[in-house]
Amino acid sequence: MSLDLISSILGIAVFAGTSLTYATIGEAITERSGILNLGVEGMMIMGAVTGFAAAFHTGSLMIGVLAAMGIGALLALLHAFVTITLRADQIVSGLAITLVGTGLASFLGERLGPDHGALVGLQGPRFRDAVIPGLSSLPVVGEALFAQDLVVYSMYLFIPLVWFYIYRTSPGQQLRAMGESPATVEAMGIPVLRYRYIYTMVGGALAGLGGAHLSLAYTPGWSENLTGGRGWIAVALVIFASWRPARAFAGALLFGGVNAVQFRLQASGTTISANLLNMAPYIMTILVLVLVSSASSLRSRLGAPAALGVPYSREERT
Amino acid sequence: MIRFRLERRIDPPRYLSWAVPVASVVLALVASGLLLLAFGANPIDTFAAMWDGAFGDIFGGEVYSASETLVRATPLMLTGLAVAVAFKMKFWNIGAEGQLVMGGIAASAVALFLPDAAPWVPQTLVVYGLIMGGAAILAGALWALIPALLKAYLNVSEIIVTLMLNYIAILWYSQLFTTSWKDPEGLGFPGSALFPEFTWLPRFSNTRVNVALLIGLVAAVGVWVLFAKTRAGYEIRLLGDNPEAARFAGVSVFRNILLVMLISGGLAGLAGMGEVAGISHKLQQGLSANNGFTAIIVAWVAKLQPGAIVLVSILLAAVFVGGDQIQMTMGLPASVAQVVQGVMLFFVLGGDIFSQYRIRVSRERVGVVA
Repeated sequence: MSLDLISSILGIAVFAGTSLTYATIGEAITERSGILNLGVEGMMIMGAVTGFAAAFHTGSLMIGVLAAMGIGALLALLHAFVTITLRADQIVSGLAITLVGTGLASFLGERLGPDHGALVGLQGPRFRDAVIPGLSSLPVVGEALFAQDLVVYSMYLFIPLVWFYIYRTSPGQQLRAMGESPATVEAMGIPVLRYRYIYTMVGGALAGLGGAHLSLAYTPGWSENLTGGRGWIAVALVIFASWRPARAFAGALLFGGVNAVQFRLQASGTTISANLLNMAPYIMTILVLVLVSSASSLRSRLGAPAALGVPYSREERT
Repeated sequence: MIRFRLERRIDPPRYLSWAVPVASVVLALVASGLLLLAFGANPIDTFAAMWDGAFGDIFGGEVYSASETLVRATPLMLTGLAVAVAFKMKFWNIGAEGQLVMGGIAASAVALFLPDAAPWVPQTLVVYGLIMGGAAILAGALWALIPALLKAYLNVSEIIVTLMLNYIAILWYSQLFTTSWKDPEGLGFPGSALFPEFTWLPRFSNTRVNVALLIGLVAAVGVWVLFAKTRAGYEIRLLGDNPEAARFAGVSVFRNILLVMLISGGLAGLAGMGEVAGISHKLQQGLSANNGFTAIIVAWVAKLQPGAIVLVSILLAAVFVGGDQIQMTMGLPASVAQVVQGVMLFFVLGGDIFSQYRIRVSRERVGVVA
């Protein structure tokens, strides 16, 4: 492989992996607090449609991004209310979020255009690549990492920040403890349920942001089924990343890379059909999970929060 | 300050088991009405048009739309039963969609290739129906066996694996009808050749309702018998309710995961056969119509009860058929149906708390934590 090819694949990998990184880290934060949220796919697709619609009507990318994060957080609030306050099953509630999200997104896609028309096929504002002088002329990685858009650059800052928060601050330490033993954290005087609400909404906002990167940068515009299961891949990546931000990025790069290779192959006129190539990310998700699970079959050794998915109530402490 | 506290009901009254879901569904309709209103659609007109589309002409002598509701309900019934069997054990089979598609592919393979490959097989509906059904059950069950084995041996999350297998099955299936099995005489349209007529499931009078509906009803009875009357059913329920106790009692998790997924995948596979042999009579776009996902709503709203699954699948089918109607007459997107169903699932989910807990309202001084 030539260096140019490596550079180009790395560039697409980062570009394609950005939405996954945000969604995965968001889900990891939520899960660390003890809440399993399977609504990521629904939140991403809602983020994609509202982000695009808001940016289209206001002409502002920032408003688009904020709208996407807001809608993600709002759906997450619903999940938090149903699972934390009403103590419903987290798995089914997450699935419900995804079902509502995909349904509502295609409904909105038909209604939020000009004059209650469709958004499909419209061209709106999009993030442009902002080449960073100097850094972008580094060999191999320069083009790939530093000729990207703002959302990608924010990711470079965001990952170390999240790492710092989780491992080096006291709220971060409490977050880690919350998923292991909520009763202990509560005994320290920290309102676990309130924090679970907050972290679930943070996760939702990040999933929304991931969705916005899809509709405002990666494949600009709105089309039905835009996320194509990326939300689910994010849920799988959390396990792959063992709930760690840097590994989440590594996982997202890997998946972005598969995407890039697939594009390359299609562009070079391969005889393998598009349908079969499109299977690659899904097959890889399964393989990655199998590898991670068989490397250490114990969930605890992977670092899964012990109280993940277990509803917590003060009165019924065990 | 008024405080709400939840108190677990020791012995929930029986009427709650149906009153709560019914109330939840009603409230869900009100909530989706408000949602419609927020997006500038008149909810009363919308629901009236949906009702009309789903059942409207039932009293007018024609049965077309009501029969279409039953047509739509058929695969939902089978996939709803499929996921309910797995959910009873808290095995999260989100892959009924892929299992349905694999069943449809297998049944189509039989209908398309067996007559030439084995001309000595009697070309009658009974023989072919049995072979196609068997192939569909087998294909669905084998597709479901992948996550079952991965879970049983390696503890790989079945949620993700079943989901990913959906995408793979759907892509493979569109590969088949657009390339390998594409009808050369199809004038370039994607789709397989038409099945020979002796493989078509019989229909009732001039509707599209076919024998697959009866298969669904029989399956509902079968699932009821499984859980109410058999030891295997008892073990599955025990594993779902209290895995610790079940293991202590010597119930094999491993064996039951495999059993549950074989049944679950088999039922979903049958749904696929019903769609190709009863409705489309060929492999074409549209076999995968989100039935596997809607099945999750069906199963949960029905509280995993086979009898209720039959009723709920008809209810949700009516929402779908009504959704198509409002798209045609009111220009509203058909995805309204999906939204209504999702909201319904939420209300049933949230409403559950009222059957498990009693809400106590009390006045307390601020600062006193219960």
